[in-house]
Amino acid sequence: MGGDEIVLLNGWFSPFGARVRIALAEKGVTEYELKEEDLFNKSPLLLERNPVHKKVPVLIHNGKTICESLTIVQYIDEVWKGKSPLLPSDPYQRSVARFWADFVDKKVYDTMKRITRTKGEDQERAKKELLEIFKLLEGELGDKPYFRGDEFGLVDIALVPFYSRFYAVETFGKFSIEAESPKLVAWAQRCMEKESVSNSLPDSKKVYEFVLDVNKKLGIE
Amino acid sequence: MAPSDDVKVLGAPPSPFVNRVQIALNLKSVDYEFLEQKVGFKSELLLKSNPVHKKVPVMIHGGKPICESLIIVQYIDEVWTDGPGILPLDPYDRAMARFWAAYVDDKLWPTLKGIRSAEGEEAKAAALEQVMEAMMLLEDAFVKCGKGKDFFGGDTIGYLDIALGSFLRWLRATEKMGNVKVLDETKTPRLFGWAERFSSNAAVKDVLPEVEKLVEIAKFFAAKAKAQ
Repeated sequence: MGGDEIVLLNGWFSPFGARVRIALAEKGVTEYELKEEDLFNKSPLLLERNPVHKKVPVLIHNGKTICESLTIVQYIDEVWKGKSPLLPSDPYQRSVARFWADFVDKKVYDTMKRITRTKGEDQERAKKELLEIFKLLEGELGDKPYFRGDEFGLVDIALVPFYSRFYAVETFGKFSIEAESPKLVAWAQRCMEKESVSNSLPDSKKVYEFVLDVNKKLGIE
Repeated sequence: MAPSDDVKVLGAPPSPFVNRVQIALNLKSVDYEFLEQKVGFKSELLLKSNPVHKKVPVMIHGGKPICESLIIVQYIDEVWTDGPGILPLDPYDRAMARFWAAYVDDKLWPTLKGIRSAEGEEAKAAALEQVMEAMMLLEDAFVKCGKGKDFFGGDTIGYLDIALGSFLRWLRATEKMGNVKVLDETKTPRLFGWAERFSSNAAVKDVLPEVEKLVEIAKFFAAKAKAQ
């Protein structure tokens, strides 16, 4: 599609923003403006375009605003439908993909946040829950290369950005995700071999520093 | 397998999430078997069909389970293509419908509950303020999405109508229990008019539960929570 004006309001640290970057890359959409947001000092544009949630990512496509990462990813899939479909064509398989993307949305981020922001029993409970979540995801993945099978898709996009948080979560929680969920880590590394993913995910150590910094700003020890 | 073969819905009649599925199936004129799950009790079939969340609604089509109300509604829309479309055709309109439906689930439903469980007038007023903020945003969304027509979906009931409309009786129940006004004709006149049209629609009117029943159930769960 020629003549498209695309702006992505993002945060380099945001796994939700990474989902959008991966989706755009999968569709071969490289011509867009990437605006970096500071969560502690949100731009007027962000507040204007996402007044309801005031969060990144926000996609502005030819002046129209779309918010919420999985909604944006599905929008991208539907607009740039000629290339690399992110969802299967069968309605039942689509419902399965949406279910697991929704599951990732409901569970992963909040549980990881509890590991990096709490201590003692609360932290132990969060660690246990995260490993249970990963066990369920490994069960769904099975022996397939990607969640959908041979093709990279919505669930992979929903989940893989959290891979760059593994180091932070492991360091805070003093445990190894790879030891408990080797299949999932193997899947993440397989995804990282794709340029669309490796170009969109931040460095794990930088994410760890960022989490430390945010905790300090929030007054969390 | 013909699309309309063997459709079962596991649900509880008072659940707005279950109602969404029933409304969508009605819109598409699809016959289904309703397997009523007793409120607060999880059958073996439910646990087997939805092992991850263990919740209703679950739709079982040709033996295959689909879970999460809005995902089921999208599935219904994609399988039964003869009837009126539930999601809009345009990708941007679809994104808007999805955004606001998610908003209803994430913000409106929990804040409604906040009114019912608030202890004291101050807490209730604070909860009501949050709900009214959501209602004003949805009034605005109605203008943008509906573009002057009868429903969020335009001329016919669509995805966002189903997402929000399924809560209408719970809204009324909350008003009764909290002695407050949530759907206010003066504050949100468009939503007020839309609510009447939605509730009286043929695909909807026999699905939405009676307000009294919901008040009963809400009181039952509140008492249960206090006892624990």
